[in-house]
This record gives sequence, structure tokens and C-alpha cells, in this order.
Amino acid sequence: MLVQYLPFLILFIVAVAFSGGAILLSRLLGPKRPNPVKLAPYESGMVPIGGTRRPFHIRYYLVAMLFILFDIEIIFLYPWAVIYLTARAARLFLLLEMIVFLGVLMIGYIYIWRKGALDWE
Amino acid sequence: MNKELLLTAGIHLLVAIVILGFILFVVMYMIWGLRRIMGFMQVRIGPNRLGWQGLLQTPADALKLLQKEDVIPKGADRWLFTIAPIIVFVPAYMVYVVMPFGDGLIAKDLNIGILYVSAITSIAVIGIVIAGWASNNKWSLLGAFRAAAQLVAYEVPMILALCVPVIFAGSLRMGGIIEAQEGGWFTNWFIFRGYGIPALAFLIYMAAGLAEVNHIPFDIMEAESELVAGFNVEYSGMKFALFFLEEFAAAFTICAIAVTLFFGGWHAPFPFLGENLTGIAKMAVSLFWFLAKTAVFVFVLMWIRATWPRVRVDQLMNFGWKVMIPMGLFILLAAGTVVTLGWVKL
Repeated sequence: MLVQYLPFLILFIVAVAFSGGAILLSRLLGPKRPNPVKLAPYESGMVPIGGTRRPFHIRYYLVAMLFILFDIEIIFLYPWAVIYLTARAARLFLLLEMIVFLGVLMIGYIYIWRKGALDWE
Repeated sequence: MNKELLLTAGIHLLVAIVILGFILFVVMYMIWGLRRIMGFMQVRIGPNRLGWQGLLQTPADALKLLQKEDVIPKGADRWLFTIAPIIVFVPAYMVYVVMPFGDGLIAKDLNIGILYVSAITSIAVIGIVIAGWASNNKWSLLGAFRAAAQLVAYEVPMILALCVPVIFAGSLRMGGIIEAQEGGWFTNWFIFRGYGIPALAFLIYMAAGLAEVNHIPFDIMEAESELVAGFNVEYSGMKFALFFLEEFAAAFTICAIAVTLFFGGWHAPFPFLGENLTGIAKMAVSLFWFLAKTAVFVFVLMWIRATWPRVRVDQLMNFGWKVMIPMGLFILLAAGTVVTLGWVKL
């Protein structure tokens, strides 16, 4: 039954071929006149000071971690949202279940808020 | 390799090329429209010289970009620097597999349509971070980190807002969600039903969507006046054009998904406007309504771009984490409650 995913494979191939082809074509058509100043990284016209690959602020790691937690929890909402309409008899149970689930999520959310993890100084 | 499979593959290849052509055409004229409309809004003229009303301006720009020197800065990771625009462009194009252009005009009506859209559009951030890191430029790196932080912060409320129409339609399929809004009058569209809950979800979706495609007022990752251009400052020629293409294609996607989920997709607003047609005529009319509604949103996006200032980084992050996420969770529970109490006819 993998055949039904054929359009995705074909679109992927077309997308890679188009973007790769465009880059290749521009490489072939464009002039090549490099000089040291042109190849230097842009730093507002100044000679670049220091390296680029330096450690960065820890808050980015924090945001990434929080995102992964939230994203995983939110993926669980999709099956719930899809069956909601058809499961007519079990709706009250489904709603209470989701209130409990989001309640637990909320406790964690309020905790990280109070701890200042969401602050961006 | 049997004959039937080859034929199917051929048809899909044709569809893929049509979609690619559609995206290129739409993006070219979105850029032209943006420059013209923003020009008029700012009491200037905008490009009007090349072709009638400047219609050939963007094709000419694309040709110019094709002939530009492809500069790879010293110290950059050449390999990653080259594939980053491809990683950014491919997902923006692959969303269009499930895009419901019209009745029967959908490349593949996948049964997990919405999930597919939210999954594949979030791949672009990987390409942006790679581009910023591989450039060996401080501006790019800053822009890429900001982009990553912003995109992940607004991903969560966006997915929450997308859940609301799913609850009302009981389906993740694009076609299923549009069928649930069928029935002639525009009052059957989700935006006008459910006591304003879908309307609130639409506002959250649009705000998060603007942030996802780094549109003003959330274009902090490009921020011309402080970061020069953010992650793509070192890019030139066709690689830069691919980033540009992705940005506009993604903006069109946001509008098209909003139309599909909240504004009835391809349905006409009135029952006497082409609901009794069949075959090709029905396809054409549904395509017209889909594109017309999407064009309205694209115009609103340009209007916002000409009107609003940019927010600060801390405002952006605080708004995402402290306002949008609680609101998203709230509307989800509200939608569930309304359905459980039987207040909505479904």
C-alpha cells in the first residue's frame, strides 16, 4: 500500500531537482571573480573580529526543551480531536479526560512560568 | 515495473510540475502585488515600467538573480551552505500535495491532512538554522537563533488552533473538513459557527501563522534595521531567491489553510452561485472561489505589512509563551465543552 504515497516521493524529487537545478544553473551562469574582501563575512563593512562559532545563550536551549515537551503533549490532542465527533456517547468522558490531561499540563506550565523559564529579558 | 504504476507515476509527475508552475506564478505576482500595493499605501508608485503596469518586473528580477555571482563566504561550511536553501524550499512546496484547490483538484487527499501540513511546514526551521550557522557570519547566526526560538514558540499555539476545526469536522482530511462546511450559505463556514470559538481559533492561527512565515509584525528573524537580513545575509543569486520563494509560498499556504479550515474552502458563499454545476464547470467554479478567498487574505497580509511596526524580541517571545498558548488551550477546551453540551449542530 506504499503506492498511495507515490505523489509525495514524486513531489520530493521534483522539489529537489528544481531547487538543486536552479542553484547549479546560477553557478554555471554567474561570473566568478572572487577576491579576499568579497569573500569575507559581512560585518557592516568592518574587518570581522573574532570567530563566529561561539557558545550562545542558554535560554535558546531552554526554549527548545520546552517546545519538545509541549509539542509531544499536543500531538496527543489530535487523536482526541478526531474521534470527538463520532464518539457521541463517550463525549463527556472524553471531555473530562482532556480536562485532567490539560490540568496536569497546566501545573507544569505554571511551574515553569513561576520559575522564570518563559521570561525573555 | 508494470504499466499501471508507470502511468500513475506519470500523472503524478505532471501534477507535481503543474503545482510547481502554480507556485512560481503565484509567488512572482504576490511579490509584484506586494510592491505595487505597498507602494500605493505609502503614496508612491512602485514598479510600473517593465511590461504593462510593471507585470514583468518580478520575472526580470528572477532572471537577474540567476546570473548573479554565487558567493560562498570564507570559512563557511560550503556543503551545508548550499543545501540549506533546498531544505527550506522542499517542505514549502510539498505542503501543496494536500492543498484543496477545488472540488476534485487535490493531488492527494491524505487522511491525516492537517497533521501532515503542521509536520512538514515545521521542517523549514531546520534549513534556516543550518543556513545561519553555515554562513560563518554573526548576523546570520543571531538571526538563525532568533528564528529557531520564534518558530518553535509559535508552532504550539498554531497546532492548538488547528485542532478546533478538526473537532468540529471530526476529520483530519482536508476534503472532510471542507465537506463539513457544505450547505450553500456562508453561515455554514466554521468561522460563523460554534459561538465564535472557531473565530477565536482563526485569530490565533493567523497570528501564529504570521510568526511562522516571519511576516511583519513578527519578522524579528529578518529585522532589516537591526540584523540586516538575519539568516540569509550571506546568500546571493539563486540561493537567496529560493529563500524568498519559500517565504512567499509559505505566506500563500497560511492563507490557503485558513480559507480551508475556517472559510469553507472551495464553497461559494451563496447557494445560487454555482452549486448545481457538474464536471469541469464545478471544478473551475470551486477553484475560482478558493483562489478568490485566498487572494483576500493575501491582500490583508500585505496591508498588515504596510501598516504595522515590528515587535521587540522579548515582546514576541512573551506573547507566544504567555498569551497564545493559554488561549489555545482555552479554546480547545471551550470547543470540546460546546460539542459535549450539544450546543452546536454537527
